[in-house]
Amino acid sequence: MKFTAEEQAMMDGRYGVGTQLAMRVLAAIGEAYDAPYMVPVTRTHVALSNQEADLWFAEKLVEGGAKCKIRPTVNPSFNWKEFHTITTLDNEDEAIVKRTHVAYNKLGAIMTYDCTPYLERNVPRFGEILSFSESSATPFVNSVYGARSNRESAQSALCSAITGVTPYYGFLLRENRAGNVLVHIEADMKDDFDYQMLGYLVPRKTGFAVPVFEGIMNPSKEALMNLGAQLNTGGNVALYHIIGFTPEARTLEEAFQGKQPQREVTVTRAELTAMREEISAPAGKIDFALYGCPHFTIDQVAVIAGLVKDKTLAVPLFIMTSSLTRNLAQKMGYMEILRQAGGRIVEDTCMDQPCWKFLYGKKGITDSPKCAYYTKRREMQFVIAPLEASVKAALKGRY
Amino acid sequence: MGKSYKCHKIAGGKVSGEVLFSKDPLCFYLIEPKSGIVIEKEHCLYGKCITGKIIVFPYGKASSVVQADGMYQLKLSGMGPAGMVVENADTTLAASAIIFELPMANKAESTFYKEVHDGEQAVLDTEKGEIILI
Repeated sequence: MKFTAEEQAMMDGRYGVGTQLAMRVLAAIGEAYDAPYMVPVTRTHVALSNQEADLWFAEKLVEGGAKCKIRPTVNPSFNWKEFHTITTLDNEDEAIVKRTHVAYNKLGAIMTYDCTPYLERNVPRFGEILSFSESSATPFVNSVYGARSNRESAQSALCSAITGVTPYYGFLLRENRAGNVLVHIEADMKDDFDYQMLGYLVPRKTGFAVPVFEGIMNPSKEALMNLGAQLNTGGNVALYHIIGFTPEARTLEEAFQGKQPQREVTVTRAELTAMREEISAPAGKIDFALYGCPHFTIDQVAVIAGLVKDKTLAVPLFIMTSSLTRNLAQKMGYMEILRQAGGRIVEDTCMDQPCWKFLYGKKGITDSPKCAYYTKRREMQFVIAPLEASVKAALKGRY
Repeated sequence: MGKSYKCHKIAGGKVSGEVLFSKDPLCFYLIEPKSGIVIEKEHCLYGKCITGKIIVFPYGKASSVVQADGMYQLKLSGMGPAGMVVENADTTLAASAIIFELPMANKAESTFYKEVHDGEQAVLDTEKGEIILI
């Protein structure tokens, strides 16, 4: 790989061992993909998780004196202050959250604790080169905005935040952004929930490929958020196109860059229904409702507030959002409506965190397959249902 | 030494172990760190142990965080795989393998997929770009 003088100085350790480590990791990735050189990035997002591997790597960089050149926004962990009012936290869990916070702060990250940076605080323009990790974020910036990022791991994105560069390969090159498989949507896509099932199902049909959707009309931002998140739970999809909607797919020819699709597949309503039946826990009594994987928007919060207004929830209901959305919900009165019904909004928090231990062994309801997928490690079961139906179930205590 | 097959280095190292094929993409987070057993019910390796194996699978799947954490925990417990051979090296998996020093290769020649089966012993030498049957 060819390096600039500045990059070579980083490789040689002239900016400290932390920056050197970051550069060496990127160089190894570049070598693995035969990248000719590095290119500058203008935005980064790091999927902070305060899991052991995350903390280990972040602290190693801090000890090596690294500082972020392109300050990243970061993913949620859990809000320990808020959770003290909900449950009893284990000391070690609280300690790792605080340690991770200190490490990332020292690195110079912007502590947004939000997994939807593409909707607020870190919104790219068309063609911008980025290093984004987080499964719903990478496909969103690539597909919806037409910015260019590989599907970074939390660590490789952090390395780019520190060095300000990324190896030039993969989805940064125009020719690799062509569609591979044409996906005909025969199902009528009624609501945002249908996109959850579509996202989880499609990688089974398309494999490791850039899918091009035909037959989708004007999806909402929530639908696109869901689609990206689930495509990267059921599979590994850094980029997709929607004909007549996303910027690199104004026409079918443009989406495939003039080439023929390798394959064509269809998705029917029956398949979406079957997908849900396969991954959802059986209907019946539920113990709680959990939303916000990815973080809910103010519009989604408003839907829940509208459904529970002047009613009492039969089971606890939690909505995970960014701090900005929570603040807005407070100003707009949704928080108070939720509080009176027995629900609450928690900011800066992810469902894949040990703060939810008080729900282990219980059965919940959610609208997100991703929420249900990772909790397999945490003994939680989920009924997966459309938003409105699931909130109605939370009012009754059964689905 | 038996037959050798060419491959391309993603993460460096030389390891040996039993070959284990998976037709499904793999998520390291849904491998129990204490036992090395795959706990994802819908997965073709469900209930099987990957410890010490050279696992051959299409590509990594799921979030940008959990591959690294799954791999790290398996490394700490010593129950991780010996190495990995993939068809499509996605960035998330490649970066994790490089950082956690788990030998990984892609672009294994097509005869490897035709001739090698579960349970055969092999050496994966990614620096030399070779998989050799023992």
